[in-house]
Amino acid sequence: MNRVVITGIGALTAIGNSVPEYLEGLRNGRSGAGPITQFDAEQFKTQFACEVKDWDPTTRVDKREARRQDRYTLMALYSTDEAMRMAGLVDEEGNVLPSAVNPDRAGCIWASGIGGLRSLEEQIEIFDAGNGTPRYNPFMIPRMIANMGAGHVSMRYNLRGPSYATVSACASAGHAMAAAADDIRLGRADVMITGGSEGVITKVAIGGFNSMKALSTRNDDPATASRPYDADRDGFVLGEGAGAFVLESLEHAQARGATIIAEVAGYAASSDAYHISAPHPDGAGAKMAMLNAMEYAGVTPAEVDYINTHGTSTPLGDTAELKAIQLAFGEDAYQLNISSTKSMTGHLLGAAAAIEAVACVLAIQHNFVPPTINHFTDDPDIDPRLKLTFNEAVERPVDVALSNTFGFGGHNSATIFRRFKA
Amino acid sequence: MASIEEKVKQIIVDKLGVDESEVTADASFQNDLGADSLDTVELIMEFEKEFDISIPDEQAENIQTVGQAVTYLESSVDK
Repeated sequence: MNRVVITGIGALTAIGNSVPEYLEGLRNGRSGAGPITQFDAEQFKTQFACEVKDWDPTTRVDKREARRQDRYTLMALYSTDEAMRMAGLVDEEGNVLPSAVNPDRAGCIWASGIGGLRSLEEQIEIFDAGNGTPRYNPFMIPRMIANMGAGHVSMRYNLRGPSYATVSACASAGHAMAAAADDIRLGRADVMITGGSEGVITKVAIGGFNSMKALSTRNDDPATASRPYDADRDGFVLGEGAGAFVLESLEHAQARGATIIAEVAGYAASSDAYHISAPHPDGAGAKMAMLNAMEYAGVTPAEVDYINTHGTSTPLGDTAELKAIQLAFGEDAYQLNISSTKSMTGHLLGAAAAIEAVACVLAIQHNFVPPTINHFTDDPDIDPRLKLTFNEAVERPVDVALSNTFGFGGHNSATIFRRFKA
Repeated sequence: MASIEEKVKQIIVDKLGVDESEVTADASFQNDLGADSLDTVELIMEFEKEFDISIPDEQAENIQTVGQAVTYLESSVDK
């Protein structure tokens, strides 16, 4: 079995459009939330979100492609370009180096929770405004389908190995990374691009999540609306963006003299088998995912320094996850640091696991734990012994970090990253 | 007011992301301007929208170059 290492990362978020900007946002506890600019939200219960700002896709993506593609696939190509450059697998124009990558031994597994909902909405509106003649844009279907991130990345870099999407709502990117890592671990590929992207700050998404009472409605103060573990939390804040990874077998990375950023140590998936949207109250599925991931990684609970939680800032979800952590880690739950970076980035749905995995890798690289911002009032149902890293980043050695993500449908994913040691 | 030819060229420049100088009468959407079959369908639909006409599929199949589009539209619009 091959060891799986990370040689490139990319980030596009509401608090930074690149890895260095994202790192700075995480360190400084910056909120990415603000009034929605992508559509007129005046009639909606929630009128704010964590939008990516000042973003010009054409700085990293071909102009013609930028015109043809949905926002979520452009985000995939954009963040992947950053990761591929960091990994040293492309030339100055961002084209793959044939000397570094055997196309038959490289692939892309890319997640999106919803895909090109925006493109579908636009086309339905155009149809509804017309005279009934169906004139759907020929690119509607390829823009809409949730596998097209993987498709476009594979085409961009001529990767002919495994290529597909994983869909498990807000756990999607966690499962994509696990699948990509397995392809390397089992020797089916040398290089895999993975991650996730989501760009659905749209009427249907905001309206739909509003109807589920899933979103914060703190319209008078968007910047503090995402407040995981706070007594007054009232739902998640929708985010958008992408996180990208270049994974390689250790052998392949070392043979080409690549800089190794961290190791993907283990991962596990499980199901609550309980409810379409509510978490299992005992956190049984989440506990099992964390325990199995630790077993896979050969890591003990005492060795985990940091847990980046799913922590969406919903009343039920936040406490169920902490309960699961206490069950999985026992007394060790009080030694490690816990934080929800969704307090800053918002909830990126199918891309959440990707951007939070980048946060874990940055925590290992820079020995710090990003904060859970917007803490004002303790929740009496949360054990005060848990170190939830409120409001300010904490400097501490981070050798092992675990990222949890959970999706509607009861899907759980836990992934463990470790400082690379030869 | 912009002529039919000018409007057609503008649509092609917008949709295919090509330089206006490349959009000559002889230029083929697929062979010269980098379009694929889906781009061609999109162009036809844009022409329909711009000029408020309906182009039957069998006619659309014969519109492969900039010049063919202009000729067809000049003979169909306002008739």
